[in-house]
Amino acid sequence: MVREIENVAGIPVVQIATIVPIMMTVGTNRIVPGVAIPHPVGDPEAGPEGDRKKRRELLMRALKAMTTEVHEQTIFEK
Amino acid sequence: MTFKVVHYINQFYAGMGGEDTAHVKPSSQEGAIGPGMQLDQLLGEEASVVGTVICGDSYYGEHMDEARAECLRLIEAFEPDMVIAGPGFNAGRYGVACGDICAAAGDELGLPSLTALYHENPGVEMYHKKTFIVETVDSARGMRSALPKMAELALKIIRKEPMGPAAEEGYIHRGMRRGFFHERTGAERAVDMLLQKIKGEPFQTELEMPVFKKITPAPPVVDLKKATIAICSSGGIVPKGNPDHIRVSSAEKYGKYDISGINDLTPDNFESIHGGYDRVYALEDPDVVLPVDVMRELEKEGVFKKLYDFAYTTTGTGTAVANAERFGQEIGRELKEAGVDAVILTAT
Repeated sequence: MVREIENVAGIPVVQIATIVPIMMTVGTNRIVPGVAIPHPVGDPEAGPEGDRKKRRELLMRALKAMTTEVHEQTIFEK
Repeated sequence: MTFKVVHYINQFYAGMGGEDTAHVKPSSQEGAIGPGMQLDQLLGEEASVVGTVICGDSYYGEHMDEARAECLRLIEAFEPDMVIAGPGFNAGRYGVACGDICAAAGDELGLPSLTALYHENPGVEMYHKKTFIVETVDSARGMRSALPKMAELALKIIRKEPMGPAAEEGYIHRGMRRGFFHERTGAERAVDMLLQKIKGEPFQTELEMPVFKKITPAPPVVDLKKATIAICSSGGIVPKGNPDHIRVSSAEKYGKYDISGINDLTPDNFESIHGGYDRVYALEDPDVVLPVDVMRELEKEGVFKKLYDFAYTTTGTGTAVANAERFGQEIGRELKEAGVDAVILTAT
């Protein structure tokens, strides 16, 4: 899905998910590793504030990823 | 008796011309012409090319429904036992036409069929499950080696002889598996395979994994402050009540949901219907999968210009790769048309 959206629309698609090897396999170009499978963009175990903070951090990283020029599949760890 | 074969070729191999005649409509001739003459000889006494159906590549590509219907009508008139198309090598339009005719001959006329293409020809991906495709090199210099393989496999098909595995018989696999009793158990074979792998020896897997394509990364967003960003998810987040009845697994569709007036996903407005992970947290706060709340916050802060009014979601568990690709293509077209600059897609 990620690959085809990027391919057809010609716009960057950042994927946030937990299993990085799967994102590599399906051809995602901009990868942000998520927190956990049932809550990729949140950390509910850290309480409401911690959860939101984590979400914001991951989304800021995704925004950074979409503004970064990449030439191959890239994992944005930070 | 002699089996009757109809051969499908394009305008070029019929000697009508090249691109200048690629718009010719379907026609037919008695007997073999072009590469069909050699094919006819190779089929020997048992089978004979009784007729040739010809269509221009561009005409077929641009009017597929009409071209297919007309070609089938012409094929049927010869009352054949089998249809052979090509070889189309790596010619895109011709390869698709060859595959399409073969698939339609099976689906609509109940005839066995065979073509021959280069493995990267788009016709392979589209039709390899519906017909036998002999693998060729990428250009017509492979004609001499392709035709004998085609004739050999065609005779096997037409005689209804038992068909072996694709790799042994020389066609591109059709995604079929046939159960049989092996003299050695799966455990023994698996250990053998592992040992071969460790030794660096070649081995043949018994379960091929799908191969995914890679694409060149799209250029980055230049000015985030002017960017419209869409969010998508395969995490099964849908409006409460799942109005589109998206399946909890093996999804065959996706939903497009208006989030323009929503600042926060809550158990009152959205839910997770995903059948492949523990939904406790996602049901409590769907934002942990589809992050509307913080995206809205960042939009208000002016970090980027606009959160796109619609979110696309589906369930990504057990979903066929072909379906996921189709979802992506359809969503991609819509986002492009809507002028969206980038996408964040979350997956569980």
